[in-house]
Amino acid sequence: MTSTAATETHLIRGASLLGGEPTDLLLADGRIAAVGDAAAADERAQQATVVDADGLIALPGMVDLHTHLREPGREDAETVETGTRAAALGGFTAVHAMANSNPVADTAGVVEQVWSLGRRSGWVDVRPVGAVTVGLAGERLSELGAMAESRAAVRVFSDDGICVHDPVLMRRALEYVKSFDGVVAQHAQEPRLTEGAQMNEGTVSAVLGLPGWPAVAEESIIARDVLLAEHVDSRLHVCHVSTAGSVDIIRWAKSRGINVTAEVTPHHLLLTDEKARTYNPVYKVNPPLRREKDVMALREALADGTIDIIGTDHAPHPTEAKECEWAQAAMGMTGLETALSVVQHTMIETGMMTWADFARVTSTTPAEIGLVADQGRPLAVGEPANITLVDADARWTVDPEAMATMGRNSPFSGLELPGRVRATFFHGTATVLDGELNTPRTAGEWA
Amino acid sequence: MKHLLSTYDLGREDAVRILDVAEEMATVGTREIKKLPALRGRTVATLFFEDSTRTRISFEAAAKRLSADVINFAAKGSSVSKGESLKDTAQTLEAIGAEAVVIRHGASGAAARLAETDWISSAVVNAGDGTHEHPTQALLDAFTLRQHWARVKGVDPLGTGLDGMSVVIVGDVLHSRVARSNLWLLKTLGADVTFVAPPTLLPIGADAWPCTINYDLDDALAAGPDAVMMLRVQAERMNAAYFPSTAEYSRRWGFDDARLAMLDARGLDDTIILHPGPMNRGLEISAGAADSPRAVVLQQVSNGVAVRMAVLYLLLSGDH
Repeated sequence: MTSTAATETHLIRGASLLGGEPTDLLLADGRIAAVGDAAAADERAQQATVVDADGLIALPGMVDLHTHLREPGREDAETVETGTRAAALGGFTAVHAMANSNPVADTAGVVEQVWSLGRRSGWVDVRPVGAVTVGLAGERLSELGAMAESRAAVRVFSDDGICVHDPVLMRRALEYVKSFDGVVAQHAQEPRLTEGAQMNEGTVSAVLGLPGWPAVAEESIIARDVLLAEHVDSRLHVCHVSTAGSVDIIRWAKSRGINVTAEVTPHHLLLTDEKARTYNPVYKVNPPLRREKDVMALREALADGTIDIIGTDHAPHPTEAKECEWAQAAMGMTGLETALSVVQHTMIETGMMTWADFARVTSTTPAEIGLVADQGRPLAVGEPANITLVDADARWTVDPEAMATMGRNSPFSGLELPGRVRATFFHGTATVLDGELNTPRTAGEWA
Repeated sequence: MKHLLSTYDLGREDAVRILDVAEEMATVGTREIKKLPALRGRTVATLFFEDSTRTRISFEAAAKRLSADVINFAAKGSSVSKGESLKDTAQTLEAIGAEAVVIRHGASGAAARLAETDWISSAVVNAGDGTHEHPTQALLDAFTLRQHWARVKGVDPLGTGLDGMSVVIVGDVLHSRVARSNLWLLKTLGADVTFVAPPTLLPIGADAWPCTINYDLDDALAAGPDAVMMLRVQAERMNAAYFPSTAEYSRRWGFDDARLAMLDARGLDDTIILHPGPMNRGLEISAGAADSPRAVVLQQVSNGVAVRMAVLYLLLSGDH
C-alpha cells in the first residue's frame, strides 16, 4: 500500500469518555493507541492531527441493526453511498442493510454486492441482512448458509417489511441459523389482522376513519416467536417493538431465560398517533406510531434493559411516495441523522439513561447481536478506533433538506433537538470532522 | 372559514350560521326563478374520485343556483386512472380556473391534504373522504332535524341548535363518514346521540366518543328518540364476516315494519326517520318505513342543495 492509503493519526484532546472526565485519545493505525496522559506523550502524537474535543463526549461508534439503504433497485430513494454518508454524519460506524431491495438480498450474490458497495463507499461498515425467505414471499427458506459463508458473512436474517408469519417456516428458520450462530430478526405483524392497516387502531383512528393496525397483531406474533425460540433453543431478535403489550411479553420471555433481544426506533420513543391527525404521510410508518402510554412503556423498557437496542429503521422514500393521500403513501421515515438527538432528548435529558447506557444500546449490544466483531468495543487501548464525538450541549433544528440521505421524509422536521455529532472515526479514519463529512476509508485501508 | 373539511373542527357559531344561511337559500328553491347572482363569474370544480351521482349533482345544482360556473371532473376514464396524482389533478383544475374544489375521494384525509399543502390555494369542500367525514351530509341532516325540532317546539329555526333533541344513528358506524360527521355536528348543536350497531361495525376507540353506544335497536327505540337515522349497509361488508347474514342483520338492526308499528304503538308521533341514501330497501330499512310519513328522506335531498349553496356562498363570497 502507498503511504496515502495509511490511516491518519489523530490526537483527540479532552474528550469525555462516555460522559466521564476529559481524557486524551491517540488514534493510530486504525486503533486506539493510547489513552490519557500517555496519548500526548506518545511519539506518534507528534505527527498527529489534533482534534480539540473540549466539551465533547466520546462514544463508541454507533451500530444500526436496522437500515434500509434501498440499493440495489431503488436508487431513486437511497444508495449505499448516500445512506452511509448519512450514517457517518449521524455518528454510526456500522449499519445493517435490510434485505428488502430489488432484487431481494436472498442470495450470496446480492449480499456480496451490497457488502462490496459498502466497502467501496467506505463511510461505515455495511453489514447486509439476508432475507429469511426467497423473495420475502414467506414460502421457502433462502440459502441462509450460503449468505452466512459468503464474503458478507451474514449473521442477521430478516424479511423486514413483511412478517415471517407461517409458524412452521419461522420455526425452521430459527433452528437452521443455529448452525452458524445467526439470528432471525422478526418484523412482528400478523398479516390478516393488519390487512389495509394505515395507523394504530385506537381512539385516533376511530376519529380519522383510517383502518387500524391493532397492537395485538404485533403482540401475538412476538408471543408465538418467543415460545418458538424457547422450544428450539435459538436466538430471536424482535425488530421495532412498538407497544406496551409487546414489552410485557418480552420482559416475561427474558425472565424465563429465552434468548430474545429487542429493538426500538427513535421515532417510537418520541412520536404518537396524534400526529396522524394532520393526514401528513410523513408520519406514516410500519409499525405505526402508537399511544403516549406505549411511548412511555418503550422508554422504560429501554432504560431497564427489556429492550436491548436502538434500531433506526431508516426508510428513505422519494418525494412522490409521500406527496399524496395517506392511504396511498409509502410507510417509513428517515432516521440515521436524527437518532442520536432523539435518543438524547427522550432518554438522557429525561434522566432515564446515562451516556454509558447510550453506548450500550446504540453500539455494544447491537454489535453483539449482529456478531460484528470489531464494532461496539470499549474505548480502550488496542481496540478498533470506531469513535463518535458528540456535542451534547448543542441544539439544532431538524431540516430534512440539509440531510445527506436522499430521503426528505423526516418526521422530526422543524423540531429543535439536542446533540450534534462533531466527529466520527471509522477504524481511525475521520469520516466526519467539525460536523461535516470528511473522508471515507479508502480501499487500501481495508486490507 | 377558508375550507369545509370536517364537522369535528366546526364550532357552534359557524354551524348555526351555515344553517341560517341555508334557510335563506331554501327559499330560493321555492321561487319561480331558482337562481341568485351571488357567485356570478366564480368557478366551482367538482372533483369526484368515487362515483356519487347524487352528491355531485347536489353540489352542481347548488353552484348553479348561485350562478357559478361548474367544472365536473370524474376520475374514472380520466388521467387519474392512468396514474395522475391528486396533486397534479388539483393543480390542473386550478390552472383551468377553479376557485373552489369540491372533492369526493376514497382515501380518508384527501380533502385535508388538498387544503393543508401548498399544492393549491382554492377553497376546499370535503364531499366525503373515505371513512372519515362527509360534513355537508351532516349539515343537511342537521338542517332537516332543526326544521323538525323547531316545528315540534313551535319556534323559528333561525339561530337555534338542536338542544335537547335525541337522535339514534343505526348501522355501519365503522365505515361511515356520515355517522362521524353527524356525531360531531349534532353534539356541537346540543343533541344527544346514540349509536346502534353490531359490535363488529363500531370502531375500536368509539367508547371515547361523546355518545351512547347500544347494540340493541329495540332498546334504543324504546327510549323514544326524536329522530332515527338509518345508515346504508354496503354490499362488500356482507362477505367480510362483519355479520352472519343480511337476514340476521335486518332482523336485529333493520328498521322494519314491526319497529315502525312499535313507534306508533308508543305514541311517538314526532319521531322522524332519516336515511342518507341510497337506501337498501328490505335490508336496513323496510319499504313500509321508507314510505311512511315519518321518513324525511326526500326533504334531506332538497335541503342538501340549500345547505351546499350556503357552504359555497360562505366560502366564496368572502363574507365571513
